[in-house]
Amino acid sequence: MTSSPSSPVQFDHPLNVIVATDCGSTTTKAILIEKVGEEYRQTYRGEAPTTVEAPFEDVTRGVLNAIAEIEELSGRKILDGEKIVTPNRAGQGDPMTGVDIYISTSSAGGGLQMMVTGVVQSMTGESAQRAALGAGAIVIDVLASNDGRLPHEKIERIRSMRPDMILMSGGTDGGAVTHVVEMAEYVSAAEPRPRFGATYKLPLIFAGNKDARPQVQRILGEKAALEITDNIRPVLEKENLAPARDKIHDLFLEHVMQQAPGYRKLMEMTGAPIMPTPAAVGVIMETIAKREGLNLIGVDIGGATTDVFSIFKGVFNRTVSANLGMSYSISNVLAEAGLPNIMRWVPFTIDEQTIRNRIKNKMIRPTTIPQTLDELQIEQAIAREALRLALIHHKSLASGLKGVQQERTISDMFEQQASGKTLIDMLQLDLIVGSGGILSHAPRRIQSMLMMVDAYEPLGVTALSVDSIFMMPHLGVLSTINEKAATDVFVRDCMIYLGTCIAPIGQGKDGEVSASYEIVFPDGKTVRDRLRFGDLTLYPLEPGKSATITVEPAKHVNAGAGIGVTLTRKVQGGVVGLLLDGRGRPLQLAEEQGARIASLKKWFDAVGLYPAAS
Amino acid sequence: MAHSYTPGLTVTDRTVIRRRRLLPLAGEVLVHAGGNVRCDQAVARAQLPGKVYPVNLANQLSVAPGEIKEYLVKREGEAVQKDEILAENKPLIKWFKTEIRSPVAGTIESVSSVTGQVLLREPPRILDLLAYVDGAIAEVIPHQGVVVEADCALVQGIFGIGGETWGEIIVAVGSPDEPLLPAHLTAAVKGKIVVGGSFLSSGTMAKAKEIGVAGLVVGGIHDKDLRELLGYDLGVAITGTEQVGFTLILTEGFGAIPMAAKTFNLLSAHVGQRAAISGATQIRAGVIRPEIVVPYRGSAVTAAGRGHQREGVRLGDSVRIIRDPFFGRISEVSALPHDLRKIPTESEVRVLEVKFSDGTRAVVPRSNIEVIEGA
Repeated sequence: MTSSPSSPVQFDHPLNVIVATDCGSTTTKAILIEKVGEEYRQTYRGEAPTTVEAPFEDVTRGVLNAIAEIEELSGRKILDGEKIVTPNRAGQGDPMTGVDIYISTSSAGGGLQMMVTGVVQSMTGESAQRAALGAGAIVIDVLASNDGRLPHEKIERIRSMRPDMILMSGGTDGGAVTHVVEMAEYVSAAEPRPRFGATYKLPLIFAGNKDARPQVQRILGEKAALEITDNIRPVLEKENLAPARDKIHDLFLEHVMQQAPGYRKLMEMTGAPIMPTPAAVGVIMETIAKREGLNLIGVDIGGATTDVFSIFKGVFNRTVSANLGMSYSISNVLAEAGLPNIMRWVPFTIDEQTIRNRIKNKMIRPTTIPQTLDELQIEQAIAREALRLALIHHKSLASGLKGVQQERTISDMFEQQASGKTLIDMLQLDLIVGSGGILSHAPRRIQSMLMMVDAYEPLGVTALSVDSIFMMPHLGVLSTINEKAATDVFVRDCMIYLGTCIAPIGQGKDGEVSASYEIVFPDGKTVRDRLRFGDLTLYPLEPGKSATITVEPAKHVNAGAGIGVTLTRKVQGGVVGLLLDGRGRPLQLAEEQGARIASLKKWFDAVGLYPAAS
Repeated sequence: MAHSYTPGLTVTDRTVIRRRRLLPLAGEVLVHAGGNVRCDQAVARAQLPGKVYPVNLANQLSVAPGEIKEYLVKREGEAVQKDEILAENKPLIKWFKTEIRSPVAGTIESVSSVTGQVLLREPPRILDLLAYVDGAIAEVIPHQGVVVEADCALVQGIFGIGGETWGEIIVAVGSPDEPLLPAHLTAAVKGKIVVGGSFLSSGTMAKAKEIGVAGLVVGGIHDKDLRELLGYDLGVAITGTEQVGFTLILTEGFGAIPMAAKTFNLLSAHVGQRAAISGATQIRAGVIRPEIVVPYRGSAVTAAGRGHQREGVRLGDSVRIIRDPFFGRISEVSALPHDLRKIPTESEVRVLEVKFSDGTRAVVPRSNIEVIEGA
C-alpha cells in the first residue's frame, strides 16, 4: 500500500473480515475482526515474537507466525504460503477462506526517533515537540536558539544523535529569519547521520517561517531529503500541527520504514498505510473522546516507554516518556523516582541491595514475569511510580500556547496567570484508559484500577477502564479506513470497564468523616454510610449497570461540585465496581514505616487486592 | 506452523562467527577478501570531520550580517591558525580597531550573510577500525568496512560494561561458585582476561583497575557496586562506551550467582589462549550481547552458517532460571504441560517443570527460563 495517510484509501469490496497486526519491539500481536450481524466484533487473536533481529531480520516472519496462530484457533484459512488471501471468499461460497483487508501498526526497532528544532524553546520549540509526539515519535532532543547551549555544543549534539528524522520550525510567518537560518546552518555543518547507515539521506521537514524557506532550501536541500510544509506556528496565537504531522507520517513510511528489515515486504502486504503504534493509539483515543464528548487520559505503559494521551475540551496531546517502562527502562524508573518512592507502595520490607539487583535483572531479562506475590507487588509499585512521573511530564507539555498575548484586567494581574498553563484538569476528567502489559494483564482487575488511582489521584468522579488485550493500535489504524468497525470493537471488545472512582478532595485525620453518601443501585437497593479519611471502600456494580450516588462532603471537603457542596451523579459500573477513596487528595502515605504498611494492608484487604498470604 | 523462539545465551566450544565491522561514515577499506587479519589490525579507515566552531562576526563587529564580507581577512575555504585574524575593521582612529581572531586552527567552512556567522571546521581526525577478532575477511563492503569471520569458541554474557579489548585468558578461582577476591589479582594478570566465579565486589574492581587487567568475567555483581564503578545509576542496558579501566562481563546476572558450570569449564579449557572480549550490551532494538571470542588458529574457516535454529524448549534441555525465587539456578526440563497453569500471583501462564541437580523439582513460567545454547 503506497498511498499516504493524507489521502484516504478506497475499497471495491465490503470489509467484513479484517486481520490486523501490531509489530512491537518484542512481540507481534494479531487480531481478527469479523462483522457479526450489523456489528463488528474481535473474535480471535494470536501472538508471536517480533522478528526484526538476527537470525530472521524480516518483520514479516513474526507477522505470518502471529496470523498462523489465528488460523489455528479460528479454523479460517488466511495465508496461502506467505501471502494473505484477500478478499474473503464468502461471495464464492467459501466464507472461511481469506480476509477483506490486512492492516498493521509498528513500533519495532525502537519506533520513530526524531530531533526537533525551534527558535524559542517554550514557543516554536514546544510546538515542534507536540507535532512530533502527536505523530507517534520519540523526541530525542529539542534544540532552540535560546536553550542555553553554546553553538558548538548544539552542533556536537546534532552530530552525536542518530535520529530517523528532523523537524525544524521557528519564526512565525513574516517574523524572525536569522535565527531559523542559523539553526539550518548548524544542522548542515553537523551533518547528522541517521540510524540506518551511511548511504541514507536523512528526512528533514521544515515547518517554520515561510520567508526562510529559500535559505533553508539552499543550505539543506542537497544534504538531506528535505520537505517543506506549512508553519506549525504561523502566528503565536495559533498552532497548526496537522500538516507537519501528516508529513512526518508520509516520510516515516517512505524513508524510515523502508530501511527496517522486511518492512518493504510488509508495506506491500497491507491494505492501508502502516502507522507508528503510538500514533494509532492516539487516533482511537481521540475518536472515542470526541464520539462520547469526554475528557480523557489514556496511558500505555510498555517495556521501554510510557505514552500518555489526553483529550481535554477537544484538544489532543500526547507525550512519550521514553525513559519510563516496566522492563528495558525499569532501572530508569528507579533512578528517577528513587527507591523510597517505590517502596512506599509495598507492604513489606526488603533490603536495598536485593531489590536493586532484582530490578536490574528485570532490565536485562525483560520478558520474565513475576512468579511470586511479593515480586508482583514490587512490579506494581514500580508501575505506580512510572505512571505518576509520566503524567507529571505530560501535564507540563499539554499546556496552553506560551508566548500568547493576553488581555489583562487589573484582577488578572493580581492573579498572575501566565500563559502556558496545563490543560490537564483532574476535576474535569471523565475517563482514564489504561493499556500495556502491567495494566492489561494484571491477575485481578482491581490491581489495574488501584495502580491508576494511586498514580493519577483522580478527583471527584472518574471512570476507569483498561484495554483488554492491547488492541488499541489495531483499532486506531482500522479507524482510518472504517470508523464504525473500530468504534464497535473498541466499545464491545477492547475496553474492559473497571468502574468508577469517587474521591473527595481534602485532608483529615484517619477516622474523621470525609463525606456521607447514599448509593441507589439498579435493583433499588440503597446503601447509606460514611466515608472516613484513610478508608478505601468497594461496592460491586456490574459492567453496563449504573447507580446514583449522592455525596455530602464535610465542610472543608470538595466532592467534585465545590467545597462543602453536595454532589449527585449517575455512575457506571464495571468488573471492579465503585471505589470510594477516602484517603484524601492529595494522597499522602504515613511517613513511619509500620503505620504505612498497616495502612497498605488495610486498603488491600478492603478491596481484595491480592490473595490472602498462605 | 507458528512457534515461539526464545533465544538464550550461546556458550559453545566451536562455532563460526561473522562480525560486521563498519565505519561510521564512508572511508577506505584496507584489506582484501580472503585475507587473514589479527584482532588489533586496522581493516578500514575514515576521516572524521573536525568539530565545527561558529563565530558570529556580525555581533562581534557590531555590523549588519550582510556587511561581514567587507571585514573578512580570510575567505571561504582558506585555512586559518588559532588566534590568526579572521576579520577586522579599519577605523580612522586605531584605538577603535577591533580584530576577531580564530578560536581554533582549521578551515573556514562557510560565511553567511544572512546570519553574519562564520563556521570554522577543525582538521579531520583519522579513525582506524580494527578487526576485533583474529580471523579471515569474508566480505568487503566498499567504502564502509568488512565482515570478519572466525572459527572460534564463543561465550555470550548477559550484561557487560566497557568496549572491545583483547588478552590472554586466565582463571583465577578454583570453582564456579567461588567469588573473585582482590587477593586473586596479582601483577601476573596485567593485560589479561580474568575469569572469576560467582561474584566480584567493588574492592576487586578497584584492584583490577590498579593492576591493569584487560577484562573480568564473573557470574554476577551487585547493582550498588556497578553504581560505584560507573559513578551513576545505569538507567537502560545500552553499554559499550564506558571507560572504567577494564571490560566487565556478567554471565548470570545481578547478585552473587555461581557461573554456569558449562561456561566455567569452557573458559578453563582455553586458559593461556588469546581472546577478544566486548562488554557492549543492548537489550532492545538490535540486540547485542557481551561476548568472549576465542579464535582457533590455523584451522580452515568452514562455510558460514547461521547455526541450528532451535524450535523452542524441549524435554531434557539445560535451562537457566532467570527470575526469583530460583534465580540463577541451572536445571533440566522435566515436563512441558500444554495447558495454562495458575502461579502464586494468580496469573494463568504456560509453565514447565524443571529438575535440579539435587533431584528436587519446581514449576516455573516458561518466560522465566533461558535455554543454554550451543554444542
